[in-house]
Amino acid sequence: MEGKASTARRPEEAGPKLEAEDLHKSFGDKVVLDGISFSVAQGESLVIVGPSGTGKSVLLKHLIGLIRPDSGKVFVAGEDFWALSHVERNRARKRFGMSFQEGALFDSMSVFDNIAFPLRRSGQPADRVRKRVRECLEIVHLPNVEEKRTSELSGGMRRRVGFARAIAHEPEILLFDEPNTGLDPIMTEIIDEVILEMRERMKPTIVTITHHVESARKIGDRVALLFGGKLLYDARPDEFLAASDPAVRQFVEGKSQGPLTQDFEVSAR
Amino acid sequence: MTRFLEAIGRVVLRVLEEIGRFFSMLGSVAAWAVRPPYDVAELLRQMVRVGYDSIPVVLVTTLFTGMVLALQTFNGFARFHAQNLVGSVVALSLTRELAPVLTALMVTGRVGSAMAAELGTMRVTEQIDALTSLATEPVQYLMVPRVAASILMLPLLVIMGDVVGIYGGYFVAVQLLGANPVAYLDNSFQYLHVSDDVVSGVIKAAVFGLIFSLIACVRGYYTEGGAEGVGRSTTRAVVSGSLSVLVADFFLTKLLY
Repeated sequence: MEGKASTARRPEEAGPKLEAEDLHKSFGDKVVLDGISFSVAQGESLVIVGPSGTGKSVLLKHLIGLIRPDSGKVFVAGEDFWALSHVERNRARKRFGMSFQEGALFDSMSVFDNIAFPLRRSGQPADRVRKRVRECLEIVHLPNVEEKRTSELSGGMRRRVGFARAIAHEPEILLFDEPNTGLDPIMTEIIDEVILEMRERMKPTIVTITHHVESARKIGDRVALLFGGKLLYDARPDEFLAASDPAVRQFVEGKSQGPLTQDFEVSAR
Repeated sequence: MTRFLEAIGRVVLRVLEEIGRFFSMLGSVAAWAVRPPYDVAELLRQMVRVGYDSIPVVLVTTLFTGMVLALQTFNGFARFHAQNLVGSVVALSLTRELAPVLTALMVTGRVGSAMAAELGTMRVTEQIDALTSLATEPVQYLMVPRVAASILMLPLLVIMGDVVGIYGGYFVAVQLLGANPVAYLDNSFQYLHVSDDVVSGVIKAAVFGLIFSLIACVRGYYTEGGAEGVGRSTTRAVVSGSLSVLVADFFLTKLLY
């Protein structure tokens, strides 16, 4: 998490695929990101965990430029994202595939049209679109749902259609926002396996945010804990799970009392 | 006293912020409208929603407005023996004023609310974020077709409304009140100038289309706070859309007079 000198453009091959440098973001008086820096190498999978409401989604949205930081920089394949023009930013976004918490599927469209959306927008011919949509649905283990309305899908299916839409244009970087929150244990396991399979097939750079410690262990090369607007700990999954840091211990063991819930303890007394 | 002034200040600031947001979004919509890709299919879909689907509402509104206008003016004008001017009053009032304004108000209620609710729901369910993440500009994909369809379709609805409203007036005057059909029609069109009266109404309609649709889209786009927020945006879209149409009507009338 060491700070690095900033330049407008860095050589893509040499540097990390995705890098956040001293990100700060506040909403009104509430400081959500308080100087966050990290980098993710090509093909690496970083999982950011943390209690609910600590700004994990906000951090993820900064990486793809859905939220602009108050200060700090995001480098995508060496390019300073916010130094780019509007059109160039959209070009940079094509490197990303993002899966949203509840799927964020376009509910005015069928499953097929959802997955076909990025392909059609980039002007691909109809037969290629059809083939790629089928491929993507196979990757997420959801055959024969092309013609369904998104409202007919269960929570787990919605997530997987969201994955399929995120990977349709063959992105190099995948962002997962709480991929298995609110799902039953079996579906949670299936989602983790789908992510691992996608990793194996596409070798993307991945950033996932979750509060499932077990998922983090399975799908991450590194696990980091976000709390109080800072990344408190960033280590390999086995090191993370065994860490003696009190905040990490509290999170991993799911205890109600500890450094992560100081405010709660004060108000409960 | 201070609290009272503060409250006024807050309202003024909010209104100014809204106006600023409207004009900045107007600039964005205009800029994205001329950039490829052009989504003709989505434009046509929105034209059906704004135009074709609004035909029944607009026709009923203008038909009855024409009818009641004839009824009221006939009654009033009979007091000084000017019944022969009813046709002119109906035709001029409808084409210059009532058809554009009432059509815009009805469409604001019917379509503006739907636009705000749809975009608002897309915002709170992260569908707008999803569009951005897929390298698609939401202003271009969502707003441009809705605003363009409204600018194109309101004038057509108003022309339909003009015809039906004038027929409504004719029906009441001739069939119910016993006016001479030939004299009524003659009088209706004697003072009606298409290049002036009808066109000014049509220009108004296009501007109203821009105003209500852009307000609805902006309200929806900036929705915050879940289902309650969507409800709030929808209400505000209809209220500020309708009020803006009425205020703009005065200035447009002054301009086109």
